[in-house]
Amino acid sequence: MPDAPAKRQTDIGPPHYEKFLPPVIKNNYGQWRYHEILKPGVMVHVAHSGDELYTVRAAAPRLTSTVTIRQYADLADKYCDGYLRFTSRNNVEFLLTDQSKIEPLIEDLEAMGHPVGGIGNSLSNIVHTQGWVHCHSAATDASGIVKSVMDELVDHFKQRKLPGKLRIALACCLNMCGAVHCSDIAILGIHRRPPKIDHTNLPRICEIPTVVASCPTAAIRPVTVGGKKSVEVDEDLCMFCANCYTVCPALPLNDPLNDGVSIWVGGKVSNARHEPMFSKLAIPFLPNNPPRWPEVVDAVKNLVETWAANARKYERMGEWIERIGWPKFFELTGIEFTKQHIDDFRHAGLTFKRSAHLRY
Amino acid sequence: MGDATKEYPTPLLDELEKGEWPSFVKEIKAAAKTSRRAQGLLGQLETSYEEKIGHWKHGGIVGVLGYGGGVIGRYSDIPEKFPDVAHFHTLRVNMPTGWFYTSDVLRKLCDIWDRHGSGLTNMHGSTGDIILLGTTTPELEPVFSELTELGFDLGGSGSDTRTPSACVGPARCEWACYDTLALCYDLTMTFQDEIHRPAFPYKFKIKCAGCPNDCVASIARADLSIIGTWRDEIQIDKDALAEYARKGVDIQSDVVNLCPGKCIRWDGRELDIDNSACVHCMHCINVLPKALAPGKDRGACILLGSKAPIVEGALLSSVIVPFMKIEPPYKDLKDLVEKIWDVWCEDGKSRERIGEFIQRVGMGNFLEAIEVEPSPYMVAHPRENPYVFYEEYFEEGDED
Repeated sequence: MPDAPAKRQTDIGPPHYEKFLPPVIKNNYGQWRYHEILKPGVMVHVAHSGDELYTVRAAAPRLTSTVTIRQYADLADKYCDGYLRFTSRNNVEFLLTDQSKIEPLIEDLEAMGHPVGGIGNSLSNIVHTQGWVHCHSAATDASGIVKSVMDELVDHFKQRKLPGKLRIALACCLNMCGAVHCSDIAILGIHRRPPKIDHTNLPRICEIPTVVASCPTAAIRPVTVGGKKSVEVDEDLCMFCANCYTVCPALPLNDPLNDGVSIWVGGKVSNARHEPMFSKLAIPFLPNNPPRWPEVVDAVKNLVETWAANARKYERMGEWIERIGWPKFFELTGIEFTKQHIDDFRHAGLTFKRSAHLRY
Repeated sequence: MGDATKEYPTPLLDELEKGEWPSFVKEIKAAAKTSRRAQGLLGQLETSYEEKIGHWKHGGIVGVLGYGGGVIGRYSDIPEKFPDVAHFHTLRVNMPTGWFYTSDVLRKLCDIWDRHGSGLTNMHGSTGDIILLGTTTPELEPVFSELTELGFDLGGSGSDTRTPSACVGPARCEWACYDTLALCYDLTMTFQDEIHRPAFPYKFKIKCAGCPNDCVASIARADLSIIGTWRDEIQIDKDALAEYARKGVDIQSDVVNLCPGKCIRWDGRELDIDNSACVHCMHCINVLPKALAPGKDRGACILLGSKAPIVEGALLSSVIVPFMKIEPPYKDLKDLVEKIWDVWCEDGKSRERIGEFIQRVGMGNFLEAIEVEPSPYMVAHPRENPYVFYEEYFEEGDED
């Protein structure tokens, strides 16, 4: 413990980022000329001044112990004067000025169990949510599926052999704190049964008007049960979004028998070539099968391999599907097209095929 | 402060120590060597893997004095089995903009968290914060004091401005069309009260992307998406272009044929870009980074309203200002944000994101309220349905 109690302050905001920028960045801030990918996971940025900055990107587990963070700090001291950063996809990046230190750094990272890669036309790290590690509304675990999928696809992280960028994301429920809805492949935890109403506790811990208002399909109505105010759910209208549970703990949807995973494809956020797109439903349900979710791993691998074998250079998953059409997508992937694939929420009609432009 | 006497067998989780990808189970076990809390987490997580269900209760209201956000209360629903995670709260700590660190500051953050928490973190959470996972209510004030002494502060949670985030920007990217780090830091400091004291209908996320590649996914994940772009001509370095061609880059098929604006011609020597037809997608620049660069008249496109599905369905942000110069003190942008917040706070329903609010009240009405003129840049196409509201109409005698 520190000798004296620490000085408490409020509303100071984060430390200024300039304190953590290496000198090569401070000297060339806003003055970069171009960059090149030298090999998987390694790029060089060249400034107008001629200065060069080398970046080595390594896989990190999003759930990281202080033990591992201290190891990153040691590597940063050893190879890059203590400077490092993290990416928007949970990778760790080491910022070097000495090109001769790249290979020894990569050897150390790989010895620590952190593959180097994820730059360019490859698979980057999977962004994901908390899952059973730390969330009350998770319909599946997050870290376990991500680990299992990446163990299978790690070569696509370490190499640059894919047609275009591949961005996979996982959210363990429809709240999507990982906002996975614009990913090449999205893995989404889902419930499939209505909330189980705890009539004893509901009036005590929930505001009934808030609960009623939370339902996007107006399936929840106030009722009196055993003389106490509570709610009832029209189960035919429930689509298992769990928004009611978010506002009321007495309406749990978690169900080990029926919770599982859905798979979505073809989204992107970049504006490159095609405008940003939502991901679309590929597989409505796969079971929760811990610890390694083999059905999910196989499904993701099939999607990646089918896309990689058929897409043109630079074509992202969604661009490829748009070119070949959805019937061909389902044919090539062998995925069954079902009633669940057809939208029935707001503006569903906009997704129906309204032309005779069909490929037979 | 750990007590490594307790141990729970974890045969299912042990399977996830195998394989080449970094293992989160190894991380929890590493923390568990010195943390009872991390041991408890292992035990409870193994139970979830056995039973295929989570074991966390709904968050409770916990926090630090004077703040309404930044701490997520978390309680086990089987505390009798795993007393060490009976309380397992999360702190969201505002990251340095751009996620840059020194080894020194990382070690000091680790020291604080080893003293007061489970030793487990997310580097970083979905919104960008440093996530410190797993502590108890009495530890919150000491952690907060030590964090602020080190120069860190909490991020947002609940119905407030969430921690703004930015791409790496001009620190290490030649495509940054404005200083994403400077803007993000300025907005973060300007809106400290809005970040720490929830007073909105619902959450409000801000993301600063330096170019249309949008490495921070702002168009999908931020209520306010600030995407860098340019208005003048793409810069061409003819020598570098010739070098690409000489080295075998197929400029016709890899660049010209994939241009969504169909505005590039290549005759084998000269690249001719009709900049008036360019949609600013970045593809040609991405493929030929040495030869092409965004123009010099740079700024940002301001978009509004993206969100995940809950409640009314997922949305992407849509254009609200086609082009704005982004320069300190960012008065135009801040005025716009304040107007948007005023209207939304006045008329938004509880738990209604700005994107849903706009859909409910109508974009036209919303634009009027925030005093922004309608523009064809804001729509994919004009309305297709004839159900049009008119507030103004002629009355008898108006003909004159």
